[in-house]
Order: sequence, then C-alpha cells, then structure tokens
Amino acid sequence: MPATTLSNAPEPSRTDPAVIRNFCIIAHIDHGKSTLADRMLQLTEVVEQRQMRAQYLDRMDIERERGITIKSQAVRLPWDHDDTSHILNMIDTPGHVDFTYEVSRSLAACEGCVLLVDAAQGIEAQTLANLYLAMENDLTIIPVLNKIDLPAAQPEKFAAELAHLIGCEPEDVLRVSAKTGEGVAELLDEVVRKVPAPTGDADGPARAMIFDSVYDSYRGVVTYVKVVDGRLGKRERIQMMSSGATHELLEIGANSPEMKAADGLAVGEVGYLITGVKDVRQSRVGDTITLLKNGATEALGGYKDPKPMVFSGLYPLDGSDYPDLREALDKLQLNDAALVYEPETSAALGFGFRVGFLGLLHLEVVRERLEREFGLDLIATAPNVVYGVTMEDRTEHTVTNPSEFPTGKIAEVREPVVRATLIAPSEFIGAIMELCQTRRGTMNGMDYLSEDRVELRYSLPLAEIVFDFFDALKSKTRGYASLDYEPTGEQSADLVKVDILLHGDKVDAFSAIVHKDKAYAYGVRMAGKLRELIPRQQFEVPIQAAVGSRVIARETVRAIRKDVLSKCYGGDISRKRKLLEKQKEGKKRMKVVGRVEVPQEAFIAALSSDSDGPADGGKAKK
Amino acid sequence: MRPCATGHSRTPGARPRGLPSASGGAVRDNGRMPSALPDGEAVPEDGSLPPEALDGAAGRPLGFYLHVPYCATRCGYCDFNTYTAAELRRGSGREVTLASRDTYAANLVEEVRLARKVLGDDPRPVRTVFVGGGTPTLLPAADLVRMLSAIREEFGLADDAEVTTEANPDSVDPAYLAALREGGFNRVSFGMQSARPHVLKVLDRTHTPGRPEACVAEAQAAGFDHVNLDLIYGTPGESDDDWRATLDAALGAGPDHISAYSLIVEEGTGLARRIRRGEIAPTDEDQHADRYLIAEEALTAAGFSWYEVSNWATTDAGRCRHNDLYWRGADWWGAGPGAHSHVGGVRWWNGKHPAAYAAALNGGRSPGVGREVLSAEDRRVERVMLELRLSDGCPLELLAPAGAAVAARAVTDGLLDPAAHAAGRAVLTLRGRLLADALVRDMVD
Repeated sequence: MPATTLSNAPEPSRTDPAVIRNFCIIAHIDHGKSTLADRMLQLTEVVEQRQMRAQYLDRMDIERERGITIKSQAVRLPWDHDDTSHILNMIDTPGHVDFTYEVSRSLAACEGCVLLVDAAQGIEAQTLANLYLAMENDLTIIPVLNKIDLPAAQPEKFAAELAHLIGCEPEDVLRVSAKTGEGVAELLDEVVRKVPAPTGDADGPARAMIFDSVYDSYRGVVTYVKVVDGRLGKRERIQMMSSGATHELLEIGANSPEMKAADGLAVGEVGYLITGVKDVRQSRVGDTITLLKNGATEALGGYKDPKPMVFSGLYPLDGSDYPDLREALDKLQLNDAALVYEPETSAALGFGFRVGFLGLLHLEVVRERLEREFGLDLIATAPNVVYGVTMEDRTEHTVTNPSEFPTGKIAEVREPVVRATLIAPSEFIGAIMELCQTRRGTMNGMDYLSEDRVELRYSLPLAEIVFDFFDALKSKTRGYASLDYEPTGEQSADLVKVDILLHGDKVDAFSAIVHKDKAYAYGVRMAGKLRELIPRQQFEVPIQAAVGSRVIARETVRAIRKDVLSKCYGGDISRKRKLLEKQKEGKKRMKVVGRVEVPQEAFIAALSSDSDGPADGGKAKK
Repeated sequence: MRPCATGHSRTPGARPRGLPSASGGAVRDNGRMPSALPDGEAVPEDGSLPPEALDGAAGRPLGFYLHVPYCATRCGYCDFNTYTAAELRRGSGREVTLASRDTYAANLVEEVRLARKVLGDDPRPVRTVFVGGGTPTLLPAADLVRMLSAIREEFGLADDAEVTTEANPDSVDPAYLAALREGGFNRVSFGMQSARPHVLKVLDRTHTPGRPEACVAEAQAAGFDHVNLDLIYGTPGESDDDWRATLDAALGAGPDHISAYSLIVEEGTGLARRIRRGEIAPTDEDQHADRYLIAEEALTAAGFSWYEVSNWATTDAGRCRHNDLYWRGADWWGAGPGAHSHVGGVRWWNGKHPAAYAAALNGGRSPGVGREVLSAEDRRVERVMLELRLSDGCPLELLAPAGAAVAARAVTDGLLDPAAHAAGRAVLTLRGRLLADALVRDMVD
C-alpha cells in the first residue's frame, strides 16, 4: 500500500509539476473503463473501502442528472512511486462519436493516455479515432488489455493489434483485469514512469484551458480546467479570452473524487472552478481562462465554436405542450453548449422547434432526455444535414429544413462530407465496400489491423450516414462493424427536394433532400409506407411524391365504403355513445392535412427511418 | 388487427357489440347485453329512479323487453348474455338451482312487479313487448305467456300493443306457435341467418335450410300479424351468390319484415379463435359493403323499404314498433339478467348471471348493477346517433354549428339527401347509410 494518502499528499496550488501526471483513459463502451476507474479509486485510497461501490464515478453521473452532486470530470489521485508522492489526475473523456471536439480538448489537458481495450474484442472504430486524436496531440500512449480473466480473451492477438497501431512491441502492452484488480497497481506505476510531467511557464501570465463545463442546479456552472501557465488563486478575477467576459472565482479546487475547495491551482494542475455563471455557453469548452490583472494576451490554440451538423424538427404530440418543450430545451441548453434551436411551424405538425445537433447520437441523447426527464411526447422529423444552396443569381441560402429548400433556378447545392472509419472482421470487407458505394462513398484507404480485422477509411456525405447507414451497416455485418466519422468539409452534389402530397396538399414534415439518383426510390418508399399508414377516408386519397411539379411516384388510399355498425338496440346505446366519445378523443389526436385525417402514429412511423437509432459505433455512456 | 365486420376495426378499445343472438331466435338485440357491461353509478337496492326520470312520462310510450338467457348450444359467433345447460351446471348447487330454467319465468315476473313499484302510479299501458335471448323458445310457451300476463296484470297492454318473441326455427312447431298466439303474442322473429348449409355451419346454426321459411308459413297459419326473418351477411365462406340465394329464400317465404346484419367477429368467441388460428379467412369489409348493396337492391325490388340502417319492412305497419321505441328515446323496462332499461334519461342494466339475478329478486332487491343519468348533451348526442340511422333522419336543429357544417358538406359528398337537408333534416343516402358512424362522429361536434 502506498504511503501517500489524502491526508499527506501534496495539496492543490502547492504541487511541484514534476510529480504531476495528467492522463485519460480511451476505451470503447463496455471495455471496462468505469471498473478500472473504481480500482484506481480504491488503490489510491481516495475512496474508503466501506464507501466503495461499483462504478463510483458513473453513479455520480446519475446523481448529477438528478441535480444532487457533480460528476468528477477529473479526479486527483495520490500515488507513491519510487518513494516519491505523485499526483495522478485522471481526466474523463466524453464517450461518443458526436463529441470529437470535446474529446480533443480533454486530450489536450493530458500528457498521456491509457488505451484500454477489451482482450476479447479488440479495438473499435471509435476508440481508434480517439487514439488517432491522442497521437495528434502528442500524448504518450499506454496500451492496456483489459478483461484478461475472461475465457474468451485473446491477449496475444490483440496485443499484436495494439502494438501494430501505436508502433510498440506486443510485450509492452500491459494486461489487467479491472474486475479482479490484477495489474492495476502496475498500470499506475507505468503511468508515473511513462507519462511526462506537465511543462509550463510557472511564472508567466496565467492561462488555463477549459476541457469541460457542467451545469449544476445548486452551484451553477462548474468549469474544469488545466492550468497550462501561471497560477489561478481563489477570489481572483478571471477573464474568458474568447469573449472577454470577466468573472470572480467564487471557488477553485480539485476533485478527489468529491469537490474540495483549495487556495488555487498552479501550473500543470487540473481542477474545477466556479464563477456563478448559469449557462455553460458562458464557460465554453476549449476556451482559455486568464487573470484580468496581468493577464495573458495570447489564448491557447484549438478553440472552436460547436457547430450543429444535424437538424430535426421536434414537435409535441399534444400541441398544448409547446411551452413545456421550450422550457425543457432552455434547461438542457444550460448544460449543452452545442444545442441550438429555434421555433418552427409545420402545417402538418403544428408548433415546434428546429433543433440542431452535433450528430445523430447527440440527437438521440437530447430526445431521450426530453422524453424521459421532462415527460414530453414528441414527434421528430427525419434528421437532415445543413445544405448550402447557391442560386443562379448568386444569392445564397442555408437550408436546415428541407421544406425551406429554395425554388427557382439553382446553380449549386453543397452538402457536408465526413471522413469515416470502419473496423470490421475482414470477411465483411465486400459488404462494407458495397454499402459505402451505394451511399456515394469514396474510399480513402484500407489497413489490416491484424490478420482478420480491417480498417476502412471512406469519405461519405453526412446525409447518407444520417439516413440509415448505421442500420444497414449493422445488418450487413451482423453487428460486428464499428463506425466513427468526423466532418471534413462540404462538396457540391446533385441534390433535389422530394415533396410528398396527400390529396394534393404538400406535407411539409415529409419533404426530404436527396440525391437525384435516389429521389425515385425515396418517393416510392414513402408513398408506399404512407399508403399502409393512412387510414381509409370517406374519399379516395392520392399520395404523390414529386420533385418540383413532376410526380415521380403515386399510391392511392381507397375510400372507405362501410363504417357503420349494423346493430343498435337498447343494450347497445350506452356503449355506443361511450365509444363515440372515445373516438372523438382519438380524433383530437389526428393531424389534418387538407381534408385528410392522419393519425399521429402514422406520422411517427413514417418519420422514423427503419432505424432504431445509431448502432454500435455510437452508443456511449455520456 | 382485430378482424371486424364493421368499419371500426381501427378503433381500439371498447366497441359496441352487435351480433345476432345465439338463439335460434332473432337477432334483435333488445336488452341483450354485450359481453361486458358499461361502467356506471350504483342502482339503489329498491331500484328507485331519480324523480325527474318520470317527468313527462305520460307523453312517452312505454315498452318491455324480456330477456331469456338460455340456449341449447352456444354459437361460435355469439357473445351474448346466454347460457347453455352445461354452462349453468358448472356453478355451485345453490347457483344451479337459482339459475334454473324451470323457475325462470317466476323470477322474471318478480322483476315485472318490481317495475310496477318503481314506476309507481305511472298510468301508461304498455305499448310493446319484446321477448329476446338467448333462445326464448327453449322455455315452454306457457312460460312466455305467463311473463306477458304479468305485464298485462301489472300495467295493462294497449289495445294495439305489439308483442314479439324471437324464435329458433328448430324449437317451434305449429302447436307452440298457436299457444303463443293464443297467449297474446302477435309478432314473431325467426333467426334464419342464411339459406346456405356451409354458411350455417360456420355460424354453428343447427337448423336445416328451408326450416325458417316453413316457420314463416306456420306462424302466418297460426294467425301472427307480423313475421320477421333475421339474416346475417359477410360470414366467412359466404359468396355474393350465397347471399343472393339467402335473400331470395327469405323473400320467397313472405315475411313482412327482414333484418340484415353484417357478421361481427367478437373477441372471445369461438369464431374469433378460429380466424386467429387461420382456420377460417375473415371477410373483407368492402365485401360487407357489397352485400349491403345487394340486400338493398333485392329487398327494394321485392317491395320492402328500409326504415333503419339494418331493417326493412313491406308496410309501415310491418315496422317493428318496439325497436322504434329504442331509437326515439322512449321508455322501456328491460327485465332479465343483463337487460338494459331506459326511463326518462336514466339508463340502467341488470347483473348478467341468472343466479345472481334470481338471488337479487328473491331477496327483494333490484337486480340492477349500474346506471347512468344522461346529461342534456348526452341526450342530444344519442338523438343524433340513433335518429340519423332512421329513414326519417334527424332534425338539423339538433346540430351545433360545427355539426351543421359537417352535414352541409355531407350533402356535397353524397352522404345526406339534399332535398331532406333543404327541408331541415339529415337523412342518409344509400352511400351515407354505409358510412353512418363516421358521419355521426363528425356531426355531433
């Protein structure tokens, strides 16, 4: 057992950078990151044995959602090595594909990272993408195989894979069991040995990088920083370098793992600060904090504004819930700087919001929280990307809602493109290549990670991924493929808007922007789907798909011919009246397009792509 | 989706029932209740009504429905409140005794006496009596006559009272019919359903084709003024031609009234199970519409006129006045297990099991288990719902502005008759008859 404990460890603001090690753990979901963190908390004795519970930090996450306490985005762990007391700062990285930028900032706060891979599964695309990010940030990588106690573990195979990826020897790959604790102490020693101490100008003007910002209903925004140069002390006045806004430091300190106030944070240290701001957008990830007095003039590099890539219209099922939806979005935005929204009206769906997200997963997370935490029933339009449209008269349009696609002479339409990484067993190469080809992909390269696992790199239009790529990939690879992608820019493409008309009336919620070659297939599919979903009315209802004024597909819902119960005698009357009342309630939930009554269930079914959301590549705990 | 003969298959949850009775008897649904009773407030032990229920009673006709909850066998499509001997034997000894057919008429007479007490000094004679089931003709004719006599004794019958019983073609003969006629019955309704053996088989009907037609002749010979045949269309396996043959056979027998009902496959029936298992293919609802049009054509050609969505008669006198009483908001007392009653805006219903029914009456209590007092709006909605189904239609003045706009559009859409509309009434066209429920949903707005 190490001699250093919380009581005698070096304190924040008075710690020699030479004994500090800042590191993070890169891992795929379910590869054991939380369990490993638990073992580290126990070994370093920051959590007493009797208080220990499984997935300690994650549990705090759940509590944070309920507004009780704050998740430790960074935990300060004392650890003795070679008779020296060290401070290990374990920094959390957001887990998923849409938060590449946040991940990059967390990585930028570290000098090293633990690459944690399940010894029975090997590396996944998302982990690989984060590994590349870590390499770009010049982090020291400590490769670790977890779950070596599993019977299905193949440590030899996956050690070779990791060695190949990061350019080391298979013997250098550590083997641990987070579950049993085997190898974890050695891993902490390795962190001390391999990860460089932070270097910074202790006497220079203070510069601290924000790597996370979390809203708490009791304390306001808690901002996590790494002090790169100089020192921040309590009660000092700080300035956000991107906006110039100034705040007083109400509290500064470190987590071990609960928040503990200190006198300040010195060069190389990681901790939190509280200024009393109420909205994470006032304390943005990636921004540089300096002191108002004798502050730095040059910000640390790498700051970006989060940019929404995927949009969807969110509408309350019950129109009277609209104010509740607005309030819920306002609340979520306090803790989500990337969430943008503005009111929108749909002829078919009523009042709602056009909401911008970082990606599909971000969308799923937000939607789920709106439904689960705020009890809202929502209809979401099919997600779409942002298009740039240049007209022949050179006017420019930015289209975030397909129904607003301009009419008239269009010179060019541009769509966002992503760099996608796919990892799968090599038997699925053909299937993946075929899929990417049909989704207008261009192959950039392919590498074997090991004998039978391959990494494919593609450029793909984001719109194709947003459509139903995850599901198609999952079914074509029996769930064995993983996917990661990152926006790289935009391209010009032959895109058209397909409208859906019911009984001659356009249904704005069903309009979609698709590639010209796919317009017909989309039109046929939607018209066919709606024919199944729309109940027969008292008149015949034509369903048409059209590009401009040209009809490309047509279906018909035949008129209903009989809607009468043949018997209506004494014993039937009460029941029949009650049924009538019930049916009238049901009618209130109908949306009326022109004269056509469309049940909300039909809208929901027609708008859900056949997918149930992003699959393997994306699931994350964040 | 539930196989359903009506246009309601999209509507989840409660739905009206409506299947012809299991009895060989008629299909008139009178007080017969659905497999589940509605929710409602409790009925007082003495069965008393809120005083306002009798306001203006003198101006409304009063009728009696008498339910006979027994059948020889249960038909595969039936969800009525009826019991076979075997089903009744499953109860405890006391229940079996209470639910016995032998003492049934006596129990029912007790309820007629209760009705007399509850209605107090209401001076109205009874204008119509309808005995339904179940299979009323499973009881001796003398029992049916005895029940009718109780009404005559307690209330008096109007001179021109219509007195109907449902009858199973299998369970009557000329002597039985003569006994009924002599006892005061003047109208009889036979459950014919179909002229085709394969259709009768799917319905589990035991009579042979030709027997119902013979019954009509026997009833007429016995001196019945009015005879009805109940028919069912849209049975799985029935073709358009089978249906035409059924109509021809029925018309050939010479009744003055025909009721035609689409088959509704009710949850929980044997037929529903057979369809679910794929043993029998359900009938498409558009075929029901076709069959209805075939019926309308054949019946009209034979001199019948529709006077309610599912009912046709040769003359005004041939119309069933008892049913008319239901449709026009009159008062009726439904006696027997599960029977429904209505007096002056109060609807109530009896408990379903014959044993519980008998026990209540033996204990001097009302067999009623639930009731509802209708609000003014309920009564307005019911009027639109019921009267629109009649050939006279309903007055437009019943409609709120939104409903009136719906009615105007329905004229344009060909669902309501333009001339009648101009004269202030909503009267269904032939196409409108097939879409009446949809129209009612919009018109009561």
